[in-house]
Amino acid sequence: MDYLTVIQILDSSLRLATPLLLTCLAGLFSERAGIVDIGLEGKLLAAAFLSGAVAAVTGSIWLGLLAGVAGSLAFSMLHGLASITFNGDQLISGVALNFLAAGLTIVVGQSWFALGGRTPSLFGGGRFESWNLPFSDAMARVPVIGPAYDELISGHTALTYVALAAVPLSWWVLYRTRFGLRLRAVGENPGAVDTAGVSVVRLRYAALVIAGVLCGLAGTYLASLAAGFVKDMSAGRGYIALAALIFAKWRPWYALWATLLFGLLEAIGNRYQSIALGDIVIPVQFMQALPYILTVIILAGFVGKAIPPRAGGKPYVKER
Amino acid sequence: MTKMPKWADAVLIPLISILLAFFFSGLVIWAIGKDPFMAIRTMVQGAFGNTNGLGYTLYYTTNFIFTGLSVAVAYHAGLFNIGSEGQAMLGGLGVALVCLNVPWPHWTLALPGAMIGGALFGAAWAFIPAWLQAKRGSHIVITTIMFNFIASALVGYILLNHLKVPGAMATESARFGAGAHLPTFHEMLAPFGIGFNRNAPANISFVVAILAAIAFYVLIWRTRLGYEIRAYGQSETAAKYAGINPVRIVIIAMLISGALAGLMAINNVMGEAERLIDNAVEGAGFIGIAVALMGRNHPVGIVLAALLFGFLYQGGAELAFWESIPRELVVVIQALVILFTGALDNMVRIPLEKLFLALSRRRKDA
Repeated sequence: MDYLTVIQILDSSLRLATPLLLTCLAGLFSERAGIVDIGLEGKLLAAAFLSGAVAAVTGSIWLGLLAGVAGSLAFSMLHGLASITFNGDQLISGVALNFLAAGLTIVVGQSWFALGGRTPSLFGGGRFESWNLPFSDAMARVPVIGPAYDELISGHTALTYVALAAVPLSWWVLYRTRFGLRLRAVGENPGAVDTAGVSVVRLRYAALVIAGVLCGLAGTYLASLAAGFVKDMSAGRGYIALAALIFAKWRPWYALWATLLFGLLEAIGNRYQSIALGDIVIPVQFMQALPYILTVIILAGFVGKAIPPRAGGKPYVKER
Repeated sequence: MTKMPKWADAVLIPLISILLAFFFSGLVIWAIGKDPFMAIRTMVQGAFGNTNGLGYTLYYTTNFIFTGLSVAVAYHAGLFNIGSEGQAMLGGLGVALVCLNVPWPHWTLALPGAMIGGALFGAAWAFIPAWLQAKRGSHIVITTIMFNFIASALVGYILLNHLKVPGAMATESARFGAGAHLPTFHEMLAPFGIGFNRNAPANISFVVAILAAIAFYVLIWRTRLGYEIRAYGQSETAAKYAGINPVRIVIIAMLISGALAGLMAINNVMGEAERLIDNAVEGAGFIGIAVALMGRNHPVGIVLAALLFGFLYQGGAELAFWESIPRELVVVIQALVILFTGALDNMVRIPLEKLFLALSRRRKDA
């Protein structure tokens, strides 16, 4: 494997990690506030569809982005209604949202465009253009660093850089602001937050708003990258992001490394149908299943223990 | 505080939730510019109007009874098993291996053999998440989700590399032998002079599913193990205090759950396709969640809910055919059923409780 191949694989890892990272951070905010979010997949899909559809109709990815974020937010609020306002089961609500998105995107998409659930292809302003960072052409001729800068660091769409910037930002919000402190507290001990006179309900809804926006960005990225919405295009990425979240032990920087790792696995799986290691051949199906297998191993506590926020999944019922 | 009467809790709340789900589904149909009433007529006509449609409806119903019971058994133990899909996939593999590797002389022998194969493989796939939950505290919802994906990759790999007929185009196993053919409704009813469509896939597995529902009732409400499962599901600490071993209950409940999901394969793999095809489960495992929620984890409710979803599935296919409404509409209905009966339960319950409270107070005053 030569140097350029390595760079190309890393480049597509970053490309594939971007939606995972945004979705993973969405889950991070939600679960840190004590709302388990297995509906990430649904939000991602809903956002991808709405952004793809609106971008196709209007020719503007920015309007698409707005629509995608709005759709994802609507799903987030529905989750909030069920799990915060009505103290419903968060897991069941998440499962329902995933199905709702899977069904609605096809039913509405078919009646809207009559293309079997797809949207028309996006082109021109309907997609995010990749950004070439300064001097990338000139730098490309420099040995070793040049190709790395030109291929790997430069030449992504705005959302990739937004996703990368969201990592330190999330860290700062969670660990250096009062809002973040309260948000984390509400996921650990909502009773204490309530006693301190801070609204548990408002904090949890705020966390779901952030999660909705981040999933909206991720979905728009998917639609823009693939130049349109395709049936079931999230393809389990919401679940992979959930897996990455467990891997990351609900921490922003770890989330970056976890999603990059899963992006890398996907990139390798896409590039090689099967990998020969001496006498053993690793089938492509194994590569596809690897993130899930790793998550199970982590969850079992064989490699480090993943301890979720303590109040996660439990509705908070104020004592009367 | 007076409580609501039992009938309201068991019948009225689910009924209102389901009506809400259907109301919103109707809105979706209306929003995409179709007539909801026309759609219902098409679905009923397509699902019950002739024996071919009815055969398909009952075929789907059979699948959903198995997966619904599977989700419900786990639910009684307080476990939310999202892994019925993967367990049913592995069950399909088990059934296929049994059917392909044994030269069965007659279906009466092949059916029990395949049932053991399917149940064993399904249970084995449920065992790992169960063990991880019981012993290592890994959340069963997350592990079963992961196991669905792993199952899909595993079955895909085995099908492609070991079961696929060399040279064939389609990713599917060889056809099962004639001795493994299960009697269809057409063959079962013909001796009684009842004409049933030859092409409908409903088969004897339907009878097995009904027997499984009865066995489920006996197990959960009439045996010691069932009592322990329910006690553990109600309160883990109380169950522990009463000397119930939590590890044992979690693992046994999940093994039964996985076995029931695996049993589904006698219907779709052995009864219908008569070979293992890729993605044979077609989401029936997930529908089991809606069926169990809707049926309130009671076998009678589950059979009725499975029949409703069987109708929706077959009717949805007709809808796609005649009205050009995508059959994914069924997924939307399924989602709304799960949402309203599962997650938004309190939205219906709280006002209703207040209503009953007000009514009983007025009666006392009078």
